Amino acid sequence: MNFDFSKNHFELFGIPPLYQIDAIQLEQAYRDIQSQVHPDKFSHLSDAERRLSMQWSTQANEAYQTLRQPLGRARYLLHLNGVELHEETNTAMSPAFLMQQMEWREAIGEARAAKDVPELEHLSGQLRADIQAQQDQLADLLDKDKNYPKAAEIVRELKFMGKLREEINVALEALDA
Amino acid sequence: MALLQIAEPGMSTAPHQHRLAVGIDLGTTNSLVATVRSGMSVVLHDENGRGLLPSVVRYHEDGSADVGYSAQAMQSRDPLNTIVSVKRFMGRGLRDLPEAGSMPYQFVDAPGMLQLKTGAGAKSPVEVSAEILKVLRDRAEKALGGDLVGAVITVPAYFDDAQRQATKDAARLAGLNVLRLLNEPTAAAVAYGLDNAAEGVYAVYDLGGGTFDISILRLSKGVFEVLATNGDSALGGDDFDHRIYCWILEQAKLAGMKPQDARLLLTRAREAKEDLTFHPEVRITAVLDAGEMVDLTLTAETFIDITSGLVNKTLAPTRKALRDAGLAVEDVKGVVMVGGATRMPQVQHAVGRFFRQEPLNNLDPDKVVALGAAIQANVLAGNRSDDDWLLLDVIPLSLGLETMGGLVEKVIQRNSTLPVARAQEFTTYKDGQTAMSIHVVQGERELVSDCRSLAKFELRGIPPMVAGGARIRVTFQVDADGLLSVGAREKSSGVEASVVVKPSYGLSDDEITRMLLTSQENAKDDMAARALREQQVEAGRLIEAIEAALAENGDSLLSTAERAEIDDGMAALRRALEGSNHPLIKEQVESLNHISEMFAARRMNQSVQKALTGHKLEELET
Repeated sequence: MNFDFSKNHFELFGIPPLYQIDAIQLEQAYRDIQSQVHPDKFSHLSDAERRLSMQWSTQANEAYQTLRQPLGRARYLLHLNGVELHEETNTAMSPAFLMQQMEWREAIGEARAAKDVPELEHLSGQLRADIQAQQDQLADLLDKDKNYPKAAEIVRELKFMGKLREEINVALEALDA
Repeated sequence: MALLQIAEPGMSTAPHQHRLAVGIDLGTTNSLVATVRSGMSVVLHDENGRGLLPSVVRYHEDGSADVGYSAQAMQSRDPLNTIVSVKRFMGRGLRDLPEAGSMPYQFVDAPGMLQLKTGAGAKSPVEVSAEILKVLRDRAEKALGGDLVGAVITVPAYFDDAQRQATKDAARLAGLNVLRLLNEPTAAAVAYGLDNAAEGVYAVYDLGGGTFDISILRLSKGVFEVLATNGDSALGGDDFDHRIYCWILEQAKLAGMKPQDARLLLTRAREAKEDLTFHPEVRITAVLDAGEMVDLTLTAETFIDITSGLVNKTLAPTRKALRDAGLAVEDVKGVVMVGGATRMPQVQHAVGRFFRQEPLNNLDPDKVVALGAAIQANVLAGNRSDDDWLLLDVIPLSLGLETMGGLVEKVIQRNSTLPVARAQEFTTYKDGQTAMSIHVVQGERELVSDCRSLAKFELRGIPPMVAGGARIRVTFQVDADGLLSVGAREKSSGVEASVVVKPSYGLSDDEITRMLLTSQENAKDDMAARALREQQVEAGRLIEAIEAALAENGDSLLSTAERAEIDDGMAALRRALEGSNHPLIKEQVESLNHISEMFAARRMNQSVQKALTGHKLEELET
């Protein structure tokens, strides 16, 4: 009966602590837990139960959102294995990667300036493929090789790629308005 | 699935009486109240058999108010004292209303929220809305024959924190216990989804009198999961009226309208809009105060032409919501149309073109929101329903903090599933700094000045240390109503301080009490009797909840001593209930809540365990 907030996210959902997870199993476990702890199930009960329900439900959302996103899951696994990313301060990247980033930015900037929606969508698709390839590599590094320092590097790169994706979305949104 | 059917927390198998709960759609144009009776969600009618209550309030000099049809009938004759579409003013300051100049009201700018000058004094939108809610509460209590346990009040999904807080305050002012603020499109999805056993991704397109929402939901195995929501909380059927009104002024070469003329022509505009749904053209006639005649013919073609900008304005949020949900138009299985303004053929066509399918119109767009809210209210009140379902909704707009240079740093992203919390750590930037100010805003823009300011507060009493020495942890919690509370905690050198901040535009309990006391109707009401009754209801609820919990797993989860302590707490509360000392009852309720906290925690843990165990067993099976 020592089930408490100290359980890690994987334990909360009863799934193995791996990068490659069964998304359907995760989702089902999340839904099962929410249907037990969600505030809607407690609104007629005591203050204490309502407060606990909000905390539990918040925790389940946090855990689910962390684990369902590949990057969030990778960061969390690294954290569990004692590797902190220090993403705000550690921005050292390989020159080749930085070069690539600049090219991406240029291409996005040009397409945005030209209000070229098909080109932006094309770039978005290309980026998605690149991200997928990186994620495949990440799966091996985390689950098979247990090479956490190298995995951390990929995570940092993926974060930059995520920013590019965000940039494309912002550009597309701006062209919508 | 059978293995997942474990006992729900706090639900006893012992029969209990049906708790009276209602769903209220507090609309811009019309409001409704609905309830679940014999398993069916039904709209409650007034003594004349009418379900809709026009959201119109007319104040008299003596402070009393007419609400509904009688007020609506007087809107052209008494425009300054007759408030229509008050929902547009909820949680809004004067600077939020660019069109204020062309409205037939006298506004008073007040801190946080504007007020309207009437013969009965300045009224805040919260007070005006409370008048509407009171009428609906009375209607429900008469129809159901008892006091309400609570109500679910619907709000536009795209309402921000200020608008939600204002709605909740209005309900409290009307003497309603708010079980939940429920997003209108979500309410519609519940009514539609349960009725049609729908599965898959659905879009709810909700164009009401004054607000537009688009929500993308996934319905699967009894879970209603909102994937993304977007909208415009200042766009609705009223704006279509306003376009026709401007067209009339232009065609009839009118300017400088008196309030009663403006109200008359706005009414004619609304009637014309409604008629154009069924006729290719309409004649608009009016006699103005000074005797001028207006006689015009408006064709559907012209109407479509002058309102195409408004229709298009709904499509950008729709695209954004789809993108946020990570879905394409092809993924949407059905489009549920909600809100009276979706009756306009041009809206139907635009939505059909966008989603490449016929929108679903097999439910009454005026009633579906209230019906869904009633279903949710019935469950929240603890009336067990056989079909077990769950709603997972999201926060519509991101929450952020002001950082250097007036920029916003997002703390909680829009479309995060509720409830959600995020903690952020801050530190001092000067030696010996003992205070720090924090500014919370809501919105998607990068500049603080483009977002809505929710709360500004100062953390004081930070122990003086070198720059960067103090560590202040600020927690943002958004509850299932989409409402924010902020807590701050300073953890260093053993000193701990914490504050809980209520956003500045919300009403404090004192203000609510003052409003209740000054309000005409409630001054006559015996306040003490009301307070006592509320405490009795609350105490009864608590005893019932704990008894059910004890019956279910009191023996397995509590030691003899723990059990005795809870029994003593219940006995003390029961003794208090024999008298009529409401502060004492309140005290005993709080004490019992406190005593039972650990029991509640254990029960919660057990539920979670069971959820997982059931899940694993199910897997073994397959």
